[in-house]
Amino acid sequence: MADDFIPSRRRALQCMAFGGAGTLFTLSGGILTPVALAQDAPAKASGIPLFLQISDTHIGFNKDANPDVPGTLKQTIALVNAMKARPALTIHTGDITHLSKAAEFDTANQLLMDLKAGELHTVPGEHDVTDGMGTEYFGRFGKASDNRGYYSFDHQSVHFVGLVNVMNFKPNGLGGFGADQLAWLKADLAARSSSTPIVVFAHMPMWTILESWGWGTGDAEEALSYLRRFGSVTILNGHIHQIVQKVEGNITFHTARSTAYPQPQAGQGDGPGPLVVPAGQLQHMLGVTSIRLQKHHLALSDTTLA
Amino acid sequence: MHSLKHAFAYPVAMLLFIASASAADSSTIIIKKFMFNPMDVTVAAGTDVTWENQDGEPHTVVSLTNDFRSQALDEKDKFTHRFDKPGKYKYLCSIHPKMVGTITVVAK
Repeated sequence: MADDFIPSRRRALQCMAFGGAGTLFTLSGGILTPVALAQDAPAKASGIPLFLQISDTHIGFNKDANPDVPGTLKQTIALVNAMKARPALTIHTGDITHLSKAAEFDTANQLLMDLKAGELHTVPGEHDVTDGMGTEYFGRFGKASDNRGYYSFDHQSVHFVGLVNVMNFKPNGLGGFGADQLAWLKADLAARSSSTPIVVFAHMPMWTILESWGWGTGDAEEALSYLRRFGSVTILNGHIHQIVQKVEGNITFHTARSTAYPQPQAGQGDGPGPLVVPAGQLQHMLGVTSIRLQKHHLALSDTTLA
Repeated sequence: MHSLKHAFAYPVAMLLFIASASAADSSTIIIKKFMFNPMDVTVAAGTDVTWENQDGEPHTVVSLTNDFRSQALDEKDKFTHRFDKPGKYKYLCSIHPKMVGTITVVAK
């Protein structure tokens, strides 16, 4: 399994539809390769996936774009549970809930308990911490990080770093890490050899996709300066409810789809809110975007959004 | 940047103040299309300012100086805060920090 992206395929990702259930990552030769899950091909990736990424479950959302958000999360979970080889690790890249309410977190927790894809790791999205201090989020998920929200761990020789870029926003600003977290990150990475594959996960994109919609992280460049010496860096984000991918040197940036509802493509419409699609379309969009391993590179399915 | 002159740029707020001097004063800010409308409001001390979210996306009203903070406001949810002390109060939406506004409170 010596599969790599080839640049043209990577670029093709940017044109892909949002939708889909989750993203799988397999480790091949130190390079992490995302494999989008399609409902028709849950088990076509060979080998045991390294981990699963789900994002933006938005439990509590109940508007037209998807009146049954718990339902689509359940479908996602069933899809993963039906896989022949399941990963030992799942990362949720935030916006677990829609309004940071205790009942929403409880529902999310209950649903995610059915996910048979190993240990669950999370970072908060801005929807999870609207109470300011993030009391509800940290009460449930703060343990891994001593209530800081950011933390790191190792799994199968890969170093994972979870970061928080959704708290203490500045007016007119983008997401941000802040000086304390950046200092922690610098020290955490300093102890690793450059050959260690690194996975960084945070809710908001760590590169600026659309400044006017807040789709970026203001001090991401500082974090990236610590990461550039590593041979393989995979940066996983959510927030924008669609797949956008970029490659810069050894760093691959990838945003995941939501399990709840799509958002418009950058700059289309009034703002980054829920996108209502025609009846029947949502399900179709959730299930048809796939990337499969074929020979020596990843092949994308030909289904795209318009 | 926001001189007292701005107070007269918002005659509606001032008229409300004059018209209902005996009742509790109030002012409403509509949140729509990812904007606070109006963005800058001037009110007399003691005014209840209410924000109403008309977007399908939730928003919050969060003071930059920790003077007030709403919960996440879903569509049609409202948040009211009474401004008693004259001063300039800047706020943002903590979900969409591009959304900012200012309440200027003048002495009654």
